[in-house]
Amino acid sequence: MCLFLLKKGVVTLALLLVIWELASLFNSVDFLPGPVQTVIGGWEIVRNGVLFDYITISFLRIFIGWSLGIAAAVPIGLLIGQFAIVREILEPFINFFRFVPAIGFLTLFLMWFGVEEESKIAIIFYATIFPVIINTIAGVVSINEIKLQVAQSQGASPFQIFYTVTIPASVPHIFTGIRLGLSGAIISIVAAEMLAAQSGIGYLIYTSRLYFRTDWIFVGILTLGLTGYFSDKLLRFFGRTALRRYGVKG
Amino acid sequence: MGDDIAIRVEHLSKSYDAAGGASARIYVLSDINLCISRGEFHVFLGWSGCGKSTLLNIIAGFVEKTEGHVLVGGMEVEKPGRERGVVFQNADAALFPWITVRRNVEYGLRINGTPKRARDEIVNRCIKLVGLEEHEKKYPDELSGGMKQRVQIARSIANDSEILIMDEPFGALDAQTRRLMQNEVIDIWQKTRKTILFVTHDIHEAVYLGQRISILSRAPNATIIRSMDVPSPYPRRLAQGRLPSLIQEIQGLFDVEYEI
Ligand SMILES: Nc1ncnc2c1ncn2[C@@H]1O[C@H](COP(=O)(O)OP(=O)(O)OP(=O)(O)O)[C@@H](O)[C@H]1O
Ligand SMILES: [Mg+2]
Repeated sequence: MCLFLLKKGVVTLALLLVIWELASLFNSVDFLPGPVQTVIGGWEIVRNGVLFDYITISFLRIFIGWSLGIAAAVPIGLLIGQFAIVREILEPFINFFRFVPAIGFLTLFLMWFGVEEESKIAIIFYATIFPVIINTIAGVVSINEIKLQVAQSQGASPFQIFYTVTIPASVPHIFTGIRLGLSGAIISIVAAEMLAAQSGIGYLIYTSRLYFRTDWIFVGILTLGLTGYFSDKLLRFFGRTALRRYGVKG
Repeated sequence: MGDDIAIRVEHLSKSYDAAGGASARIYVLSDINLCISRGEFHVFLGWSGCGKSTLLNIIAGFVEKTEGHVLVGGMEVEKPGRERGVVFQNADAALFPWITVRRNVEYGLRINGTPKRARDEIVNRCIKLVGLEEHEKKYPDELSGGMKQRVQIARSIANDSEILIMDEPFGALDAQTRRLMQNEVIDIWQKTRKTILFVTHDIHEAVYLGQRISILSRAPNATIIRSMDVPSPYPRRLAQGRLPSLIQEIQGLFDVEYEI
């Protein structure tokens, strides 16, 4: 029983809450609200519907940017992995930009894509593509030579080999990239909503300090953390069921 | 040159660039000459590291030769081709785990656009030939080692390869399964009359299977030191007829060549 609770993370959670509550006892609400105060504060924005609106809009931004990112990054990664020429041309760019965080592009994207949704989605998109590209390349490069030889001696053309062997064999790596891409996307939602946003979890976190609503910052942080935690769990479940045959492990 | 020659190998040599410098080339294979008839069950026998896989990989078209000629159906081998089906030792790597047994067997036929009707008929026949009817809906990771090798064999036969290239296909199997698979290969060979190139380091396996056995010397500069016919009919019993003395003879050759 004890072990079960430990495994399910209940013990970790309880410990965290106790420490958090204790720490908050010695500080003011504006500096460090405790779990109880956070729940009370959170209830306010749950009741007036603001929190759910914000969650919805942030989810949407994350989902759109992440999906577009995957749609662009997987083909790019496959091409880079497959063709030495493409690799020579694109790899320097990728190895340069992957060290520049999305937040670095905030102002530029605002200028280029405007204050509407586009700039925020561009940030998420940017944060998604690098882990997906890099892992997809790794997938293509690490394909077992024997699989390619099988296809060749069965008479497959290079193009047929590409879509009957290279792509399916890369699925586990691509999936890892997609998971990392999602965490990158969620992380950068705060950056995306820091400027020129009127709503969203990032906006909540960033603007609550102006109203000295530290408890709402905590609500925002909790929401983001839980979102990440559960969406990754969901994604992994999808991986180990729908993609099990491709060798994806939960 | 008759039409009954499946594979002709002439003065074939293979060297890899020595790690140290360009001057010292190490020849793995040196001056291999060989002529394999259509429908022949040909076994290559040699100890570990002598270059058996290198030789088969050159014939299969996976590895480039350094000198000489390899002719399949009169044409110089330059790359892998449908007419040379390969059964790899590592079945886990050689099957596609994301598709069923049936789809694996079907792979080549789908690739070359065989119409569904004909495809189904061929695949049914080949799956039956290797006795996998009950398992065709399974995925490769649900099969035993012997069953995986059957899938590989069925796949090459379905694709109508005239030649089957098998590099120690039963090396990873236990003794009983191995004997079972050996009998099966003989059976399939007799039914289909494919040309089979079979590599092993096991004298008994070579004598049990081969119509002709080519014995390789040790690397570097490995070459065929002796090719011998095994005239006994199938199924064979290794303890009977002139097989025991043949086994001893080959063992004797090895003792000299490898100085045991
Ligand atoms: N790519 C390579 N570069 C350099 N040397 C190689 C390469 N591939 C094989 N060799 C060498 O060629 C020799 C023969 O190798 P090969 O794999 O053909 O032997 P084998 O008879 O199949 O051995 P085994 O019975 O262990 O499978 C070995 O000494 C090996 O080190
Ligand atoms: Mg070998």
